[in-house]
Amino acid sequence: MAVCVAVIAKENYPLYIRSIPTENELKFHYMVHTSLDVVDEKISAMGKALVDQRELYLGLLYPTEDYKLCSYGYVTNSKVKFVMVVDSSNTALRDNEIRSMFRKLHNSYTDVMCNPFYNPGDRIQSRAFDSMVTSMMVQVC
Amino acid sequence: MEAAAGGGCGSGQPLLLSEGEQQCYSELFARCAGAAGGGPGSGPPEAARAVPGAVSAAAGPVADLFRASQLPAETLHQITELCGAKRVGYFGPTQFYIALKLIAAAQSGLPVRIESIKCELPLPRFMMSKTDAEIRFGNPAELHGTKVQIPYLITEKNTFKRMDDEDKQETQSPTMSPLASPPSSPPHYQRVPLSHGYSKLRSSTEQMHPAPYEARQPLVQPEGPSSGAPGAKPPRHQASLIRSFSVEREPHDNNSNYPDEPWRITEEQREYYVNQFRSLQPDPSSFISGSVAKNFFTKSKLSIPELSYIWELSDADCDGALTLPEFCAAFHLIVARKNGYPLPEGLPPTLQPEYLQAAFPKPKRECSLFDSYSESMPANQQPRELNRMEKLSIKDMADFPVPAQDVTSDDKQALKSTADEALPKDMSEDPATSKDSNSLKARPRSRSYSSTSIEEAMKRGEDPPTPPPRPQKTHSRASSLDLNKVFQPSVPATKSGLLPPPPALPPRPCPSQSEQASEAEIHPQLNRAPSQAADSSPTKKDIPYSQPPSKPIRRKFRPENPATENQEPSSTVGGPASAATGKPHTAVQKQSSKQKKAIQTAIRKNKEANAVLARLNSELQQQLKEVHQERIALENQLEQLRPVTVL
Repeated sequence: MAVCVAVIAKENYPLYIRSIPTENELKFHYMVHTSLDVVDEKISAMGKALVDQRELYLGLLYPTEDYKLCSYGYVTNSKVKFVMVVDSSNTALRDNEIRSMFRKLHNSYTDVMCNPFYNPGDRIQSRAFDSMVTSMMVQVC
Repeated sequence: MEAAAGGGCGSGQPLLLSEGEQQCYSELFARCAGAAGGGPGSGPPEAARAVPGAVSAAAGPVADLFRASQLPAETLHQITELCGAKRVGYFGPTQFYIALKLIAAAQSGLPVRIESIKCELPLPRFMMSKTDAEIRFGNPAELHGTKVQIPYLITEKNTFKRMDDEDKQETQSPTMSPLASPPSSPPHYQRVPLSHGYSKLRSSTEQMHPAPYEARQPLVQPEGPSSGAPGAKPPRHQASLIRSFSVEREPHDNNSNYPDEPWRITEEQREYYVNQFRSLQPDPSSFISGSVAKNFFTKSKLSIPELSYIWELSDADCDGALTLPEFCAAFHLIVARKNGYPLPEGLPPTLQPEYLQAAFPKPKRECSLFDSYSESMPANQQPRELNRMEKLSIKDMADFPVPAQDVTSDDKQALKSTADEALPKDMSEDPATSKDSNSLKARPRSRSYSSTSIEEAMKRGEDPPTPPPRPQKTHSRASSLDLNKVFQPSVPATKSGLLPPPPALPPRPCPSQSEQASEAEIHPQLNRAPSQAADSSPTKKDIPYSQPPSKPIRRKFRPENPATENQEPSSTVGGPASAATGKPHTAVQKQSSKQKKAIQTAIRKNKEANAVLARLNSELQQQLKEVHQERIALENQLEQLRPVTVL
């Protein structure tokens, strides 16, 4: 289950960032921020000519030893990045699950895009998107 | 019958309740107490008085009821404090009654004071979600054996249900939709017949039939709560009955499943929505694109996040376009929002596209009939009523501005006259619209009831933005490439005018190559220029002759060209770099395309020149051979002549 989900625009500013409400949310924000560097590195390393074959899912970006948190990345073809920080202490999340979560994120994101009242570059305020992210986040009772 | 409040009231003054209030309060109390599992308190207040502390309403249902009154939380706190429940620790009947009175006072706008409850007050109004009501109050039938009204908004649902269950009467009244009916404020909508016994409702149904339209008139006027004096119960009763009728003028087949009244689209509304759809998209089976719909809905002056949310609710398949049922749902939600209803969490079942498609068959009118239909409008009763509904709903929807239409006038004549005024204007637009019906012009169909205000608003908003004029930067350059070539007098100064075009090339990735290319390109151009100046069509003979003379020219320009070009690239590179990236890119692209053409023509000419030169070369070679042979022959002759002397 994700602990923090972030949607980053092409220009590397956040369109949507949400984490579980702990006392130290900044930690997650910081992780997302550092993950962006890794994401950029992966994108550029893929090669300029192979844009079509470049996979959208980027995989594990940033494992940390102490927190047992990992961040995973996913880039759309329009250079919108999804970064997800997951807590790997509870369940060993398989790669497929992460991929499916990203796919759901991507689908919801395209739905948000379809809304003509949404200007690309705005913060995402769609309730459907929110509910989808909530379903993916760790349920904190 | 009047009950005297006991010690619950701080001032100790008797609490005067009218009969209606008495009944209402006792039932409410019973409900709250009954829900908590206590005994029924619907008995006469004497019993309650006799046992002041025996029956108390549980705090939970009471809190819900108070919240349903839609008063702010601190007001409710004040009320609970004043009525004494806090002091005694529970909601006894007296406390409850006082609290209800205070709620009524607060809803009437009076300050929350004990003195307020001394005067005549209307019954308190409660609005609750149906889930709450159902949970708390359960099936009303089982509570008292009588089908008593539960005082909440969705009571109309019950009204609706029961009316349909018992007597499915078709009201011919020109009912307004629930949304149009609360034009001024939701509280109007909540004036349900509280506790007056459903039997009364049913019995007086028939009486209400003929007179609902006129009886509705008093409702339209902004009724202050003061009009709700208990003595005015009968008209209020009528009004609420009418409202319940208006609610139930839905098709009877699909009513009992979906109790959420505000989200049901009436026939008139549906027609209106369909017409608006047609104004945006002539084909009702096709869809409206996102941008068109966005422009249209933005005119409703709702905030963008709300519109975004409405879109999210209504575009079920998330394709960025609205089909007819989706459009109706979206429009309905907008209308509801404008009238003060909060937006639902999810799309109500009555607004689902499948439901809308099934419930309301697509209008069979064809486009050709459409205009004639609009012309026959005045003869039709229905559109006039729709007009009226429109006018009333427009009173709230100030966005589609009503041009000086007096909404509060409930004179049919006045409305008719305004409709007629609107009509001639519409008629004049009709031929225009019919001509444009095929194009996606956003001018709405001229209908008398799709009020002219909306048309004006649409027309005002509908000028498609003219695309910004393309920068014609390269045109001059291109023309200089071509025209200068043609018209160029052999003036070096003007020839240097050819130089600016090439410097556009340097911003391209291979500036050196382009420079060379441009140099190569200039040179034949320069060569051409003098030759063409001489004769428009360069003949082959002229070329070889003009070439040698042009060579010095070339050489002369050669040092200049790199120099100038070195200067120009730096300046131009600096220019685009500093300027915004957009324009130079497009300019460079255009320049490059022009340059390409120029280069290609230059290449062609070079090739021609090459061919010519090659031929010339071969000819000369031939001549050389011949000359050689002659020389050999002559030498032979000389040899033959010479041996005479050698010996």
